Amino acid sequence: MGNILNEIGIENYIFLSVLLFCIGVFGVLYRRNAIIVFMSIEIMLNAVNLLFVAFSTYHQDAEGQVFVFFSMAVAAAEVAVGLAILVSVFRNLGSIDIDNLKNLKG
Amino acid sequence: MEMNLAIILLLSPFVGFLFNVFFGKKVSKGFSGTIGTLTVVVSFLLSVCFFAQLNQNGKAFEFSLFDWIQVGNFKLNFGILLDQLSILWLLFVTGIGSLIHLYSISYMHDDENIHKFFAYLNLFVFFMITLVVGSNLLVMFIGWEGVGLCSYLLIGFWYKNQDYNDAAKKAFIMNRVGDLGLLIGIFILAINLDTINFTDLNAGVVALNKTGGNQALQWAALCLFIGATGKSAQIPLYTWLPDAMAGPTPVSALIHAATMVTAGIFMVTRMNFLFDLTPNVQNIIAIVGAVTSLVAAAIGLLQNDIKKVLAYSTVSQLGLMFLALGLGAYNVAVFHVITHAFFKACLFLGSGSVIHGLHGEQDMRKMGGLRKAMPITFWTMMISTLAIAGIFPFAGFWSKDEILMTAFHENKTLWIVASIASIMTAFYMFRLMYLTFFREFRGTEEQKHHLHESPSLITIPLVILAVLATIGGAINLPGSTWLNHYLEPILAGKHEEHHLGSTEYMLMGIALVGAIIGIVLAYSKYIKQAFVPKTDNEIVGFSKTVYNKFYVDELYTVTIVKPINALSNFFRTTLEPALSKVVFSFGSVAYGLSSQGRKLQNGNIGLYLFVFVIGICAIITYLFIAQ
Repeated sequence: MGNILNEIGIENYIFLSVLLFCIGVFGVLYRRNAIIVFMSIEIMLNAVNLLFVAFSTYHQDAEGQVFVFFSMAVAAAEVAVGLAILVSVFRNLGSIDIDNLKNLKG
Repeated sequence: MEMNLAIILLLSPFVGFLFNVFFGKKVSKGFSGTIGTLTVVVSFLLSVCFFAQLNQNGKAFEFSLFDWIQVGNFKLNFGILLDQLSILWLLFVTGIGSLIHLYSISYMHDDENIHKFFAYLNLFVFFMITLVVGSNLLVMFIGWEGVGLCSYLLIGFWYKNQDYNDAAKKAFIMNRVGDLGLLIGIFILAINLDTINFTDLNAGVVALNKTGGNQALQWAALCLFIGATGKSAQIPLYTWLPDAMAGPTPVSALIHAATMVTAGIFMVTRMNFLFDLTPNVQNIIAIVGAVTSLVAAAIGLLQNDIKKVLAYSTVSQLGLMFLALGLGAYNVAVFHVITHAFFKACLFLGSGSVIHGLHGEQDMRKMGGLRKAMPITFWTMMISTLAIAGIFPFAGFWSKDEILMTAFHENKTLWIVASIASIMTAFYMFRLMYLTFFREFRGTEEQKHHLHESPSLITIPLVILAVLATIGGAINLPGSTWLNHYLEPILAGKHEEHHLGSTEYMLMGIALVGAIIGIVLAYSKYIKQAFVPKTDNEIVGFSKTVYNKFYVDELYTVTIVKPINALSNFFRTTLEPALSKVVFSFGSVAYGLSSQGRKLQNGNIGLYLFVFVIGICAIITYLFIAQ
C-alpha cells in the first residue's frame, strides 16, 4: 500500500478529492433535478471518504478507514431514505424539479 | 391485626365510594344503596370492636401509616389515633351514618342519580372518619376539608336548581373563611412547637406557656376557634347552615345536624389543653356560643320552612355546646353533641318523611293534621321534640341541663341567655309540631288524597333514633357519670362533679318549667287560637326583621359581597385591560419581527442550498483566518 502512495503522492489524492467535492457542490447548486442533486451530494460524500482513506494510509493509522466504513454504512441508509422521499415526492407532485417544491414556503 | 382493622375501618366507606363512582350506574338503584350502606355498617361494627377493646384495656391505640412530611426539625407522620374521644365520635358518626344511608335507599329511590348520592355520602363518611382518627392536626385538616367538599357536593346535589347551587357555593366559601383560620392556627402551633401531633402538643403547649409563649398560644387558639365557627356554624359564619338545607333531607340529617357540624366541637375538645391555657379565648368562645344560641333560636321562632326551623335549631344547639366548651366543660359539650346527634337526626329524618309524604312540600303553612296519616313519623318526632325541648327524662334534658348548670356556676348572665334560648327552643319546636301534625290539613285536596305513612326503610331508622333520643341521656346521668369517666384520659380529670344539692335540683326544675312554659305558649297560640303564620308580605314590624333573619345575609351582602364585587369589577374593567396591553405588546413585537423574518423562508430550495454553501465557505474562511 505504501508503495502506491509513494508512486502517486498524497497531494494528487487531495487534488482529486477537492475536484470531486467541487463537482458535487456545483452539481447541487446548478442542477434542478432532485435525483442529480442527490447524486452530487453522494459525490461530495465520497470525496471526503477518499480523503479519509488516503490520509489513513499516509499516517499508517487504521482509524480513518474504520471511520469510512461507518460513513458508508450511514450513507447507504441515507440513500434508501432519500430515494424513498423522492419517490413519494414524485407521486404527489408528478415532478422532481426542486423549484416546484415550494409548498412549505413561509 | 389492630392496624389492619383500623385501615379497613377507614377505607371501607372509600371502597363504597369507588364502587358507586365506577359501577353505580350499571347496577340497580337498590344494590348501589345497599353497597353504600354496608360499607358504612362495616366501619360501624369495627368501631364497636375498638370501643369494646378500649373499654377492656383502656389504652389508646396509635400508629403511623407512612412518613408524610419532613422539613428541617419538623417531621410529620400520616398517623391514626384511636383513643376515647375519636372512638366515641366514630361510633355515632358511623352508627347514625348507617341509619341515614339505610333511610336514603328509600328516600332517594326516585332520583336518577342515586348512585352519585351514595358515592358522595360514602366519601363524606370516609373524610369524617379521617377527620376524627387523625393523630395530628394536618391529617385532621384533610378530613376537615374533605367533609367541606362533600357538604358542597351534596347541598348542590339537585344542581338543576340555581338556588341550590348558590347555597352550595355559599357553604363552601364561608367554610373556606373558617378553614383559613384553622390553617393559620395550625401554622402558629407548628412554628412555635415544631410538632402538631396531638400527643406531643399537650406537653409542648404547657412548656411553651411556661416560657412566656402565651401570646402565640392565644393567637393559635383564636385562629382554631375561627375554624370551628366556620364548620360548626357559629356567629359570624353561621349563615351558610340554614341555606344548606337545599340539599336532600338525609344530607341535612347526617352532615348538617349530626356529624360534620360537630367537627368544630371535636377539634376544640381535642385541643382542650390549649384552650385551657387561654382563658381570654375561652371567654370569647362562651360568649359567641351563648349569643349564637340566642340569635338562632330567635330566628327559628318565625321560620315557616320545616327544615329551616330545624336548621336554626341546630345552630342554636351548637351554640349551647360552644358555651359549654368556653366554660371548660368539654365533657358536657361532648355529651350534648351525642344526644343532639340522636334527636336532631331523628327530627330531620322525620321532616324528610313528612316532605316525602307531601311530595316535596316544605312550608309548614301548607301542612297540618298529619298525625293520623303518619303515626310513626309523628310519634318519633314527638319524642325527639320532647328531647330537644329538654323534657324529663328524655336525652336532651340531661345534656342541656348540664350545660345550664355549668353556666349557672360559672357566669349567671350566660346562664340567663342560655335559658332564654332553651325556652325559645321548646316554643319553636312545638310550634313546628303543632303546625305540622295537629289540627286540619291545609294543603291541596290532591295532596290530602295521597297522604301516607312512609315505607319501613324510612320508619325503622326513625324508630331507632327515637329510642336513642329517649334513653341516650343514660350515658351521663348525674348519678352515674359514665361519659365523664370515659373521657378522663383525654380531659385529664378536668371535669368537676356537680354534686346533686338543692341548687342543682332547683336548676333542673327551672329548666323544666322553662321548657313547659315554651310548650304552653306554643299550645295556646297554635292550638287554642288556631294561629297559622301569615303569608310573607303580611308580616310587619319587628317580626318581619326576625322573619328575615335579622337581615344578616343582607348585611353581609352590603359589607362584604358588594365591595368584593366592586373590586373584582375594577380589576376586570380597568386593571386587566391595562395589564393585557403590556403583555400583548410583547406579542405584537414578536409578530412584527417574525412576519419580516418569514420572507426568508420562500421555499426555493436552490436558494437554500446556495446560502448553505456560502455559509460553509464563510465558516471555513473564518477558521483559516482565525488560525
